[in-house]
Amino acid sequence: MKVVKMKRIGLTGDSAVAFAAKQANVDVISAYPITPQTIIVEVLSEFVHNGELDAAFIPVESEHSALSAAVGASLAGARVFTATASQGLALMYEILYIAASLRAPIVMALGNRAFSAPINIHCSHDDAYAARDTGWIQLFSENPQEAYDLTLQAFKIAEDKRVLLPTIVNLDGFIVTHCFEGLDVFEDDEVPNFLPPREPVYQIDPDNPITYGPLAFFDYYMEIKRQQAEAIKNSYPVIKEVLNEFSKFSGRTYTPIKTYGMEDAEVAIVVLGSTAGTARYVAKELRKEGKKVGVVSLVVYRPFPVDELVDILKSVKVAAVLDRSYSFGSPGGQLYMDISAALYNESERPLLFNVIYGLGGRDMTISNLKSIFEKALEYAEKGKIEKKELWVGVRE
Amino acid sequence: MSKKLKNWKEIPIAGLITEPASSWNYKTGNWRALKPILDQSKCIKCLLCWVYCPEPAVRRHEDNSVEIDYDFCKGCGICASECPVKAITMVPEGGE
Amino acid sequence: MSEIKLLKTIKELPPDDKYEFAPGHRLCAGCAIPILVKITLKVIPDPKVIVNATGCLEVATTIYPYTSWNVPWVHNAFENAAATASGIEAAFKIFEKKYGKKKPHIIVFAGDGGTFDIGIQALSGALERGHDFVYICYDNNAYMNTGIQRSSATPRGARTTTSPAGEVIPGKPERSKDLIAIAVAHGIEYAATANPAYPIDLANKLIKADAVEGPAVIHYFSPCPTGWYFDPSLSIKIAKLAVETGVWPLYEVENGKYKINSPSLKYLKSPKPLEEYLKLQGRFKHLLKPENKWMLDLYKQDIEYQWTLLKRLTGIG
Repeated sequence: MKVVKMKRIGLTGDSAVAFAAKQANVDVISAYPITPQTIIVEVLSEFVHNGELDAAFIPVESEHSALSAAVGASLAGARVFTATASQGLALMYEILYIAASLRAPIVMALGNRAFSAPINIHCSHDDAYAARDTGWIQLFSENPQEAYDLTLQAFKIAEDKRVLLPTIVNLDGFIVTHCFEGLDVFEDDEVPNFLPPREPVYQIDPDNPITYGPLAFFDYYMEIKRQQAEAIKNSYPVIKEVLNEFSKFSGRTYTPIKTYGMEDAEVAIVVLGSTAGTARYVAKELRKEGKKVGVVSLVVYRPFPVDELVDILKSVKVAAVLDRSYSFGSPGGQLYMDISAALYNESERPLLFNVIYGLGGRDMTISNLKSIFEKALEYAEKGKIEKKELWVGVRE
Repeated sequence: MSKKLKNWKEIPIAGLITEPASSWNYKTGNWRALKPILDQSKCIKCLLCWVYCPEPAVRRHEDNSVEIDYDFCKGCGICASECPVKAITMVPEGGE
Repeated sequence: MSEIKLLKTIKELPPDDKYEFAPGHRLCAGCAIPILVKITLKVIPDPKVIVNATGCLEVATTIYPYTSWNVPWVHNAFENAAATASGIEAAFKIFEKKYGKKKPHIIVFAGDGGTFDIGIQALSGALERGHDFVYICYDNNAYMNTGIQRSSATPRGARTTTSPAGEVIPGKPERSKDLIAIAVAHGIEYAATANPAYPIDLANKLIKADAVEGPAVIHYFSPCPTGWYFDPSLSIKIAKLAVETGVWPLYEVENGKYKINSPSLKYLKSPKPLEEYLKLQGRFKHLLKPENKWMLDLYKQDIEYQWTLLKRLTGIG
């Protein structure tokens, strides 16, 4: 596939996502405003009201109804988009499970924001993590360009007949959502070459009446869930396929996991979201000093890329797993638990420690990251983890 | 009523029921304790029993005569209660 | 509403050449809900889509792998039937616009639980946005599917498991909400109450509701043998008494104009005593005891109040 016609325009992360949804020619948008996602909803309603986008914009009265309506529209066979953050995601929580279980391909942009209380509108990964058990595919963007690119890819992944699972594109609240950058976007007429219209497998069709969402007792519920477990596992090769296809289409490479310096790293940071960029900068500086450090960031968070991650981390001595959230009462942060479970039975695996950072928009600085790498190197030297959980950037 | 249960590979995705009106295979007639008996000679073809039967277990013919479908009748007795000419009587299922 | 054909007799109801609602469901013997469903599916033309909230109807008609539905049917969750219907409606509206696809008639079935209480927000939002669907609330006066717990549609004084007929508080202390008033407050074109004992009235109201280009609400009185404690054969008799004693006013509101239907006009002329309705149901038995007369009086006042309002709104006396 040849690299296609593009243009450079300035967009924030939010506007970029809305722009992508427009170019994807969505049929139905069902969303409720919440900081920091409000601009997505506003820009989309402008497109619709100006006739630039032929879609139904449903100004729902809550996030619970936003996702409920999105499920309805998706079952009707529409290409559907929604967006939310934090409390909004928490409010639609029960429907997240239903959307995935009913195999309704919906794309949701999530402006990662902290959960209340106290109320906070800035970046944490609480909401992304809250969705991790729900059966949704989850992608993480690091910057507005990725937010744009991944939104287009999300539609293709979600609607693929081998997948049929709703997909979240995560954007760090304020950091990515409100960051204004020059982006390389496709010309409108090029997008259908990557993303043709949706072809539903099952849809609401009076000529072919289907019962969606029955009651299943203990005699069938487990089989239906087993089937769903298989479905999200089987989505992984399709995700890779789509990322690969997009890479060729755009000339911008996408892989499920991004690595820096991992060919010979002794220690590594594993991180989600925009902090990866800063981490890579710090790693580059430390490498100049001869320190063998690396950065691993996940683009695909669910389904969790177990095999590839095991492979990337196996020769590393110590890995610092960064969590921009906290799972109160759990044995560690959410990503830390995911990685521990993935690595536990491996004969070759690094020692792990957990770093809690950036909660509620607390800035993750260059010196913070430097100290994390230094700690990892110290533990590597000692051959043991002295403190399993490290809170960085908080006043103790 | 016992069908062999299917495994996870044999069922449609998402718990969808793709066979419409499959409840025709679940015969609720065995719920009855009382059974309606229709005296056709009294029937005035008003269709009240047909409209009121919840299942529905009253079959309407072209000439507007009716017939009870005992495969599904739960024996609620609404038909007997509402029949304006008392053409339907409820008797114990399985005789006295 | 022009050019719609209303029915005069039961015989005019379409016969069952195609059962869009099949028997074999597990609704209780004598349940009034399937009577509503049968008639609805007969008089609202194809193509149709049903959206069903969690509750008696949804659970009893779709126990995997059995379904009683021969029309597309969607169940999402308990409180979001109206929101789910909004999404389906928006999708089909845009398909019609973009691809010329025919828009189906969208029918929502929800109980009083999924409408009055947990579902009120979604209903309000959908009505405000003006989606084109018919919302039918089958009101059996409590959360019946989960075992007879009170809802805000439960009449004052009624016994439920969460408003038991106790010695200190005999039944539900609160009056019930007025759903039609809530619906009308959203400025919708058509809202009406309905009752299984008046099937032609019900059918015609459904036809009118469907003819509206926008939302319409039907509030259906649904006697429940299990939850109201009466012999299943009495469902229709009790439904009729509800109208004849004034408990269930039969009326419709077309573009803000209230009209009381003739069975209720008959009640106004010659009302039957409330006790005739109450004594047939176990859930009201305690109200007939002298020590609970105060609660019964409050219930009578509620019925009186709803009629004062209706009379004022229709300009009758």
